[in-house]
Amino acid sequence: MKRKKINLNLLVGCFVLLFFLVTMVVSFFYTPYDVNAIAVSNKLQAPSSAHWFGTDPFGRDILSRIMAGTQTAFFVGSVVTLIGVVFGTLIGGFAGYVGGWLDEIIMRAIDALMAFPGIILAIMIVAVFGTGTLNTAIALGILATPGIARIARSGFIQNKQLEYVSAAKSIGVHPLKIIFREILPNIYSPLIVAASVAFAIALLAEASLSYLGLGVQPPDPSLGRMLKESQEYLTTSPWFTLAPGITITLLVLGFYMLSNGIRDLTDHRSK
Amino acid sequence: MTETLLKVDDLKKYFPISGGIFGRKVGEVKAVDGVSFILKKGETFGLVGESGCGKSTTGRMLLRLTEPSAGTIEFDETLLTDLSKKQMRKKRRDIQMIFQDPFGSLNPRYTVQQIIEQPLIVHGLGTSKERSRMVEELLETVGLDAYAASRYPHQFSGGQRQRIGIARALAVRPKLIVADEPVSALDVSIQSQVLNLLKELQSEFKLTYVFISHDLGVVRHISDRVGVMYLGRLVEVADSNMLYVSPKHPYTRALLSAVPVPDPKNKSNRIILSGDVPNPAHPPEGCAFHTRCPLAADICRKVRPELITDEQGHAAACHFI
Repeated sequence: MKRKKINLNLLVGCFVLLFFLVTMVVSFFYTPYDVNAIAVSNKLQAPSSAHWFGTDPFGRDILSRIMAGTQTAFFVGSVVTLIGVVFGTLIGGFAGYVGGWLDEIIMRAIDALMAFPGIILAIMIVAVFGTGTLNTAIALGILATPGIARIARSGFIQNKQLEYVSAAKSIGVHPLKIIFREILPNIYSPLIVAASVAFAIALLAEASLSYLGLGVQPPDPSLGRMLKESQEYLTTSPWFTLAPGITITLLVLGFYMLSNGIRDLTDHRSK
Repeated sequence: MTETLLKVDDLKKYFPISGGIFGRKVGEVKAVDGVSFILKKGETFGLVGESGCGKSTTGRMLLRLTEPSAGTIEFDETLLTDLSKKQMRKKRRDIQMIFQDPFGSLNPRYTVQQIIEQPLIVHGLGTSKERSRMVEELLETVGLDAYAASRYPHQFSGGQRQRIGIARALAVRPKLIVADEPVSALDVSIQSQVLNLLKELQSEFKLTYVFISHDLGVVRHISDRVGVMYLGRLVEVADSNMLYVSPKHPYTRALLSAVPVPDPKNKSNRIILSGDVPNPAHPPEGCAFHTRCPLAADICRKVRPELITDEQGHAAACHFI
């Protein structure tokens, strides 16, 4: 007697993200106007049938720039999350499973990294390796790693003392397999949540870095920088702020709902 | 036919206690302090004692899940304590363990099929088709339906999960099974079912058990020989009947007197032990039991009694036997 409960989080999250993914894919082939075409005579127009979301101070079409901006958003978010989750899990999992002085050393290094003001560390990394979208993403990925490492570590510490790990050892399972095949699947849920948060923070952090001129460089469209550029015109042209603001909100929300949905789906115990 | 399968000699496990900012070693807990016993093929050796007496640690050391600090374990003419980690992993095929907690010992992410066939995969036995058939057979052997294979552990009751754990232990046809409190987490009615299953399996597969429990009644039911542990040492070892009928060590007598008798008219003389088990980080001088022993004399406070075996094979460590 299985009654399927609708996973609303998953449904809505998937829908929102799918919408933006489609938007992103479309933007590679088609945008209503040229993303970087400047038309000063058209500047700061209110939304109309010609420019659905209006135009910016250079007369560029905001809809076109937002469509293209989702490319940057997904790229930065994915790279950051990927770096954070892969290295965070490896470092945290290793430290947590092995324990002892190795754990001590690794975690103190992680603490040091966390104690550093994030944005300053990001600026430092960008200053060393140069600006640009990829470097921004790598810098933010390094920033996301410690938090995820801690979550992974606590999950591993909790799980390694459970009897199923002893059972796996007593069977003769290789330690690496115990780490990746036995314990890791049991801490997917907190990791997925951490990953979604990392994705959301990455979007916002990219905006801050771009604001400081260290992130995505003009004229590449970035939702974060559009938000910043729109500040001056907040009272006169609110649509300029609203369009990228709502887009970022929806993206973050979509990712959050998706992660909640996945957690409900994968957690057998919560059923 | 009574070949020796397992020979444990002077097994010790000292856990360091670290303190201070640099984690200096400030002492050690003598969890297991010189345990020796011999187990013959097909026998069941019961290990009883209070919590914290080192019986579980002893059991884990037999599989080297906990590395012994000193002492040797000889299993089937191989010195387990000399094997490398890799060799030990291979050897684990012959020694399996049944765990206490039927909820924690099965990985919640795996189906029963995956759980039971895991030891087969690790030791490279059978093709995937053969393994499925073996899992089905194993499930039937332990009294579960074959369709259980596709389910997850959380869909079963404690007793059923313990049966799954037993099936997993049986999968590679081990020679020795270390059962660490296998029934203490189960309801009494289920306990006897699982115990009888273990007994049936023993005669069917010619298994040898090390059966760890704090429940004297359970141990009597299943064991051929029983060892009583106190503060990391064996204080008495004897054939099950001998131990229960004529216990020698005062600790054993006190434990046995605490077993309830289902007869309201039977007024047994219970020996009540006062105080707690001493801290194993600072065990008492002499006989470890002297702080609570009704017979304690001066000699007990100074000289630690050796485990002395009489002609009937009944061993006890006490000055007054």
